[in-house]
Amino acid sequence: MSRAITAGLLNVVLGLIFLMVAAALLTWIERRLLGFLQDRPGPNRVGPSGVLQVAADGIKLLFKQDWIPPFADPGIFVLAPAISMVTVMLAIAVIPATPVVGIIGNLNVGLLFFLAMSGLGVYSAVLAGWSSNNKYSLLGGMRAAAQMVSYEVFMGLALVGVVMLAGSFNLTTIVHNQLRLWYVVPQFIGFVIFFIGGVAETHRLPFDLPEGESELGAGFHTEYSGMKFGMFFVAEYIGILLVSAMTTVLFLGGWYGPFLPPFVWFGLKTGFFVCFFILLRAALPRPRYDQFMAFGWKLLLPLTLLNILITGALMLGLPAPT
Amino acid sequence: MLSSVRTLWYTFLHLFQRNVTVSYPEQMPYLAPRTRGRIILTRDPDGEERCVSCYLCAVACPVDCISLQKTEADGRWYPEHFRINFSRCIFCGFCEEACPTYAIQLTPDFEMSEYNRQNLVYEKEDLLIAGTGKYPDYNFYRVAGLAVPGKDKGEAAHERPPIDIRSLMP
Amino acid sequence: MNATFDISAVVAVLATLMMITRPSAVHGLLYLTVSLLAAALVFFVLGAPFAAALEVIIYAGAIMVLFVFVIMMLNIGDAAALLESAWLKPTAWIGPGLLALLLAIELVGLAASGGIAHPAGAIVSAQTVGIALVGPYMLAVEIASFLLLAALVAAFHLGRAVMRVS
Repeated sequence: MSRAITAGLLNVVLGLIFLMVAAALLTWIERRLLGFLQDRPGPNRVGPSGVLQVAADGIKLLFKQDWIPPFADPGIFVLAPAISMVTVMLAIAVIPATPVVGIIGNLNVGLLFFLAMSGLGVYSAVLAGWSSNNKYSLLGGMRAAAQMVSYEVFMGLALVGVVMLAGSFNLTTIVHNQLRLWYVVPQFIGFVIFFIGGVAETHRLPFDLPEGESELGAGFHTEYSGMKFGMFFVAEYIGILLVSAMTTVLFLGGWYGPFLPPFVWFGLKTGFFVCFFILLRAALPRPRYDQFMAFGWKLLLPLTLLNILITGALMLGLPAPT
Repeated sequence: MLSSVRTLWYTFLHLFQRNVTVSYPEQMPYLAPRTRGRIILTRDPDGEERCVSCYLCAVACPVDCISLQKTEADGRWYPEHFRINFSRCIFCGFCEEACPTYAIQLTPDFEMSEYNRQNLVYEKEDLLIAGTGKYPDYNFYRVAGLAVPGKDKGEAAHERPPIDIRSLMP
Repeated sequence: MNATFDISAVVAVLATLMMITRPSAVHGLLYLTVSLLAAALVFFVLGAPFAAALEVIIYAGAIMVLFVFVIMMLNIGDAAALLESAWLKPTAWIGPGLLALLLAIELVGLAASGGIAHPAGAIVSAQTVGIALVGPYMLAVEIASFLLLAALVAAFHLGRAVMRVS
């Protein structure tokens, strides 16, 4: 019993360490790749080709003054960044990297747990915006609330097709069912919409309307400094990893692939989506807010519903593959 | 929608293009000869100062960073002191355009940081160089009608001898 | 498992108490969210993971966010709090309080008699929930969908009217 508990704790701690290192490295990878995409080298000074930039940034964040504005609501102000970290980390716990690597990859409602955690993640932005007691922060928080709640709808609905095909909410089972055919082929619309929803959910560019630095300062984290800002920052990068890993698991057959070991395949596919996130950031401008909401409710929602309808009809009409 | 995808593709292609930036301290960027950097005062081909203290540069300077004082010796005008406060200078090059004698010129050198702000105030001895700068042959006193020791009126280049206005002869 | 159940049940009750006593509306809503999360945990422990996930996704993740959203926009200040405390005279709260007490006594009695104890272990799967929804509870589901459709049409209409005026 105690050995099982120790092993579980070790698994969690190792997973967290791996995640933090990956998220920190991701900040460097993003800046570097963004540099190359914009015909410049990116950070290349600290350490070999700039890897230690991560450490430099971390030290800088830790040594900055940890300031709570006098007009803010101190309790909630501190709570908000913690929520953003906790929700993404909990959500990433259900992802099975391989059948053996992963924290609780075999949870029977894993997919719903992921959706639930991304739903709770809204609170971080909303509460940060409200507790800062600042006009721009409040506007950012409101945008975050509306954006994340509505895109969560499409994200959830886009996954219904996958759940119907797999007949399970268990992520490990979903991956097992993709042994012959990745779900990206039959569920291509679902795949695209899920990824768009994921970008909106992590409020990454081009959907970074809650932050919108050109119009709202920095949106909901205008008043944050030091490590509290750092927590939002790291949570955003873990969110990128989360959405990339989730897309891999749900649509790209998780760890399946020829020749290479499963974990490498999982890493490669996740890395592909991470790079795509960065490419999106480099290429696309931010849409106007009403265009963005109209895009969601008037285009994505009917498409997802149509997708569910067609998937269901085909599943009933075609003989089940045995 | 399609245009967004095309944008993504073109941006992706930039991954394989050369960087337009250079790693500066190790690799010096190419600077055009007329880049506007540190300001110098030049001398004419004879080795005399070109500056005639006409104050046009100080007037043209939008941030008032040039300060000078005229003095006179042997019929030539010189700046007694010539001071440029580079912590104010915006390197606009207006002084160079205003200068009638090509004395004040901007060079491509820009590496002039200091820890002490006071060190950015350059005096005349810091500004004056031994050479002629960008205009090697130009000599103001050789083309101007002014009489200076060693060159009387009418002896300048392309100048006719002075007309005796009191004479009735054509 | 029992310890998890007890802890989350106590947390749910305490958070609800805190929720109704906070002067700040946003703080109250946060406590309500905590209470809902604790309730979700209770569901999970009792063997209904699907219901637990839905509780978090829908109640905590969507509906409460909308509540927070509205409260944020209203910007309730001290004046509103004073007004509210003026409204809360004993004549106003004694009736609902008595009714709630009655419900509480009933609940305690049921719990003591073991009437609502669910045998933990039998997991209610999503399939069971779905079959129940389109089987015995068909009528309720249809009524709910009628209501939602009406709400949707009404919301659309209101949004259009506002746009035409402005």
